[in-house]
Amino acid sequence: MRSSGAAARVQPVTRDARQPGISRRVRRRRLFEPELVGEALAQSFVMLRPDIQWRNPVMFVVELGAVLTLLFVIQGAGGSSATQVPLTYFIALDAWLFLTVIFANFATALAEARGRAQAQALRRARSETAAYRLDRDGGLREVPSSALRPGDRVAVSAGQTIPSDGEVIEGIAAVDESAVTGESAPVIREAGGDRSGVTGGTRVISDRIVVRITAPPGQAFLDRMIALVEGAVRQRTPNEIALTLVLSGLTLAFLIVVVPLWPMALNAEEYMTSYLGLSQPLQSLGTDVPTLVALLVCLIPTTIGALLAAVGIAGMDRALQANVIAKSGKAVETAGDIDTVLLDKTGTVTVGNRQAAGLIALAGYAEARLAQLAALASAADQTPEGKSIVRLAQQQGIESGAPPLTKAAQFIPFSAQTRMSGVDLPDHRRIRKGAPDAVVAWVKERGGSVPDGFQEAVQSVASQGATPLAVAEDGAIAGIVVLEDTLKQGVRERLWRLKQMGLRTVMITGDNPLTAATIAERAGVDDFVAQATPESKLAYIRKEQAEGKLVAMMGDGTNDAPALAQADVGLAMNAGTQAAKEAGNMVDLDSDPTKLIEVVEIGKQLLMTRGALTTFSVANDVAKYFAIVPALFAGTLPWLAGLNIMGLHSPTSAILSAVIFNAVIIVLLIPIALKGVKYRPLGADALLRRNLLVWGLGGVLVPFVGIKLIDLVLVATHLTA
Amino acid sequence: MRSLQVWLLPASITLFTILVAFPLSRYMAWIMDGRYRAPRLLRWIEARLDSGAQDWKQYAVSLLVFNTLLFVYGYAVLALQPWMPLNPQHKGMLAPSTIFNSVASFMTNTNLQHYSGEVHLSNFSQVFFVILNQFVSASVGLCALTAIIRAFRGASRVGNYFVDMWRAVAYLFLPAALLLGVLFVSQGAPMTFASSYQVGTLEPNAMGTADNGQAKAQTLVVGPVAAEVPIMMLGTNGGGFYGMNEAHPYANPTAVSNFFVTFAMMVFPFALVLMYGRMLGRRRHSWVIFLVMLLLFVGTIGWAVWFDTLRGNPGLTAHQERALKIASAGRAGAATAVRLPATGGLPVDQHLGNLEGKELRFGTSAGATFGAVTVDVTCGAINCEQDSLNPLAGLSPMVGMWLNCIFGGKGVGMINLLLFLVIGVFLAGQMVGRTPEYLGRKIGAREMKLAVVALLVHPLLILGPSGLFAATAWGQKAEGNPGAHGFSEIVYQFSSASANNGSAFDGLGVTYGFNDNPNPSPEAVPWDLATGLVMLFSRYLPILAPMALAASLGLKKAAPSGLGTLRDDTFTFGCLLFGTIVIVGALLFMPVAALGPLAEHLGPIPFGG
Repeated sequence: MRSSGAAARVQPVTRDARQPGISRRVRRRRLFEPELVGEALAQSFVMLRPDIQWRNPVMFVVELGAVLTLLFVIQGAGGSSATQVPLTYFIALDAWLFLTVIFANFATALAEARGRAQAQALRRARSETAAYRLDRDGGLREVPSSALRPGDRVAVSAGQTIPSDGEVIEGIAAVDESAVTGESAPVIREAGGDRSGVTGGTRVISDRIVVRITAPPGQAFLDRMIALVEGAVRQRTPNEIALTLVLSGLTLAFLIVVVPLWPMALNAEEYMTSYLGLSQPLQSLGTDVPTLVALLVCLIPTTIGALLAAVGIAGMDRALQANVIAKSGKAVETAGDIDTVLLDKTGTVTVGNRQAAGLIALAGYAEARLAQLAALASAADQTPEGKSIVRLAQQQGIESGAPPLTKAAQFIPFSAQTRMSGVDLPDHRRIRKGAPDAVVAWVKERGGSVPDGFQEAVQSVASQGATPLAVAEDGAIAGIVVLEDTLKQGVRERLWRLKQMGLRTVMITGDNPLTAATIAERAGVDDFVAQATPESKLAYIRKEQAEGKLVAMMGDGTNDAPALAQADVGLAMNAGTQAAKEAGNMVDLDSDPTKLIEVVEIGKQLLMTRGALTTFSVANDVAKYFAIVPALFAGTLPWLAGLNIMGLHSPTSAILSAVIFNAVIIVLLIPIALKGVKYRPLGADALLRRNLLVWGLGGVLVPFVGIKLIDLVLVATHLTA
Repeated sequence: MRSLQVWLLPASITLFTILVAFPLSRYMAWIMDGRYRAPRLLRWIEARLDSGAQDWKQYAVSLLVFNTLLFVYGYAVLALQPWMPLNPQHKGMLAPSTIFNSVASFMTNTNLQHYSGEVHLSNFSQVFFVILNQFVSASVGLCALTAIIRAFRGASRVGNYFVDMWRAVAYLFLPAALLLGVLFVSQGAPMTFASSYQVGTLEPNAMGTADNGQAKAQTLVVGPVAAEVPIMMLGTNGGGFYGMNEAHPYANPTAVSNFFVTFAMMVFPFALVLMYGRMLGRRRHSWVIFLVMLLLFVGTIGWAVWFDTLRGNPGLTAHQERALKIASAGRAGAATAVRLPATGGLPVDQHLGNLEGKELRFGTSAGATFGAVTVDVTCGAINCEQDSLNPLAGLSPMVGMWLNCIFGGKGVGMINLLLFLVIGVFLAGQMVGRTPEYLGRKIGAREMKLAVVALLVHPLLILGPSGLFAATAWGQKAEGNPGAHGFSEIVYQFSSASANNGSAFDGLGVTYGFNDNPNPSPEAVPWDLATGLVMLFSRYLPILAPMALAASLGLKKAAPSGLGTLRDDTFTFGCLLFGTIVIVGALLFMPVAALGPLAEHLGPIPFGG
């Protein structure tokens, strides 16, 4: 009853097919774990080095400004300050400018530390296997697998896990490679020849072999994947590069705004001095360089500039928490852009096995009798289908009669030639169940005939997307068992969610078009590829891509590899073959076929978080202007106090409040950068409206409140004049 | 009743223009797509011009070469003015710096005039320099927009520059200008090659008396005024025949002509936005853009009318004494106490608003309306004295120039809007959870680089020179008024140059005059050179970079739009676009707004005015 093509190969994934330990150990971390915070704090100071800071243009400008201000502080401390601005103001300003940079570094360092911790947890899980090393004297010594070096020889007995990649040099054994290949049938590995390679993490089922380790510790396949995760952390994705460029552009724009303010403020000072007929020239903060630096720092997009790297790293981190190893940040980002998702029917849309769902009795057989016959024929059938038939019969109150059959009855297993299975009872009754045409042939062979309505019933079952299974007793057809694909629980909701996200869902199945269409309709997928072959999958992906769409798919087999490579997001199951894992750009350690949905959401969340923080950062500037512009010109154009709508205490407290707000908001937004803005599948328009209100309008309003509060605190604590 | 009268003019002109813009946009799309079948002679000319389909680089090079030739030609015409025909008054040669400024100005569709038309230009120069430039420079922006649209359609060949120029001039501007010219002649605008008339004044000795005791005759300068005004308005050029521009009774004789000159400068910019949607097949998208622009448009007009026509001139009203403390920088308590004495009001009836510098022939709100419209659509013609607008009302034209995309000039306004759009979509559009897309194409690093460069040119060329001139004698000696108002004059001049607008706040001494002028304005040369360079740089970079952007974007594969993609034809998108323009604009220009108009408004009166 196996359908042809790729779908048939997807085995229902059982617990033991997973890498033991791996999925368990990657746990959700608390946001600010003290250990990681400490590490990140230290790193934030290291990152002040200009050659590192340079990589973040926005924060580099802040650092330059802080250093420039420091020069003024030194000059002021030396008593040679040309300005009348109090030194304490300079010191406070400079401290907060440096803090701004440190906060930004902290965000990045914390995200990196979390990512590293995550990867280390994975690696630890891998290396904790015990190994039995053969010493030169022939003795066995138990060592952790991480202690193994290339050239070491280890003995592995039945039931043990092979500690690392290597080569069999002695013995022959059956090895369960399902953890790596997904194939549950054990394979023979023996010394010599091309069947001697073994992979770390696979399990010896029988016998004992001696393996010479070939991979240095941390270089086995999974280790390489983890290393990729860590390496990808510092690579900028295309969107990140474009955003960095825009942020640099905005920085430049605000330089263009702030630099000419100096001569403009000078102009105002000169004409006001002459207008008021003063003997001493007026001096405003508008010609004070550190204050202009403060204005610049407040205006340039420091919030997103500080958090951009953290957002990207956290995106990969979230993927890792979902037990998905993304080979690059780009893959995660692309996931958010996916237009079409290719889903394997088995395991994703349906439970994976046909289940007996009904009986159609024919030719005078009672339904109960038919149920009994079907159960008898399936009594020894350990396939999910066979079990489901027995279960159906039991539900109808019929005992399969298995106990009396155990000894004398002879079971006929399913074979590809006969396409039937069944039982020969001691009383010489023969019961068969199988593909309708095979059963008809068997019946005719024994001189039986096909009852009326049989062909019609077969066709009507098939047309409903179910599979008819004929049941016959000796020379007579008793009826039909209807096998149905059962939809996975919640699959409709999940597919609806994908649709709300704007994705087109395509079901891939080896079934015939009729069956496929019915299941597609029941599940609510948009399109399907029936009788799918690796070639037709690849062709479908190419067709979609030619229309400008980005395609995601999940696969596990070697013949999925081309399609996985072609897809924009190729999620390989860890239980799949090596080829599939190499071809895809992500690996799912859980081998969970529904993981694609999560991956797409993580990608969308990543982009949304970036957009939200950018919008927030830019929108913040409006309030900062209202704080700083009147303060800049309080010494020349006091009537601009009309713009001081927040009623800030004094020019210096206004500027300090804006700078402090600008620095503190970075820390406050770290949780959002790391956890991501919650994605809701509302459709783009509703989502945009919502986020524009929260982050755009909110970004305009929040700093008015924040700056005012900081100003109140500064005044209340007498920290400012 | 009065408020109704005040708003009736701007409202009726805007509505009328919208009504005309719809069919006109259809005609324009039809023309620019070349779907017409021209008479044989015109077809023959077009065939001669057609040098084949060009990619965007060839198109851009053609545009630049054409403009370079135009520069050389313009410089020659003005420099050779004394030796050219149609110059009975034997007008001499302008100062070389002024010629440079004027050539740059007219070539870039700016029409900033550091000279006075009736004094300094012969009729030959008016026709062969001014009018010619006004036709072709208006077409340049239109061609660029057309090329951008074709690139967005995915074409690697964006058309032929010379054919596009021909289409714009021959089928759009010439017929429209002809039609309006007839209308203006009927309203009394002069249309002659005669240069001037000597007339006796009704009031004897109004022009003074000569040495022999005879009353001096008045010299009335005339010329092909009715030919110049239509294209000056339709092409959003704004460079008038007379120094007084559209306030002059010959250039703008009646209320009817005022209605139509205002309409004429608005109609093509309005229609161009709709043409954009038509040619791209995304009409709803263009309506959203149109409405966003209209909102800003109505806002700037409303602001100007509200603070000028419906408010009195604060310089004429009484003010109470104000005591102020001017905090010396940072030092607490070290404040200079300043007492501003009370001022008495002048006995002026201000119930009709601020009437200083207005042409009341057109109605009280006509000046403020015109003043706002002319900057929104980067025309630069004026029918009142912008310098005399109330301080806050004067902010409105500045905002129009700073944003430079409230319909904007021929094509370039739409192009500028695209820059805001791309940046807004890039920054905020990610919030739908996808890489930002416009027209289904992903916006990448290259596109953003081009958009940012194009967007930075404008603030750089306004704020940089404004700062330089404000702090040096170049600006301080040229200011007609000290203080905040003088600062506004400087900022306005550079804004006008950079926006390729051409209107003047006035009050700045920027006129050198003829080369042999013994008493030129002291700082005229630096102003000539600085604004001339600003006009050149702010013209071509913001046209070429978006062309490259469109070409780069157009070649990408367009993803189909769906539930998950950002829709560009919704209310939400309009809010996004509006927010981007307002916030980015405010962030770039709020400090100068505070130092200029706001400081003047909030400060003591008389102060800097």
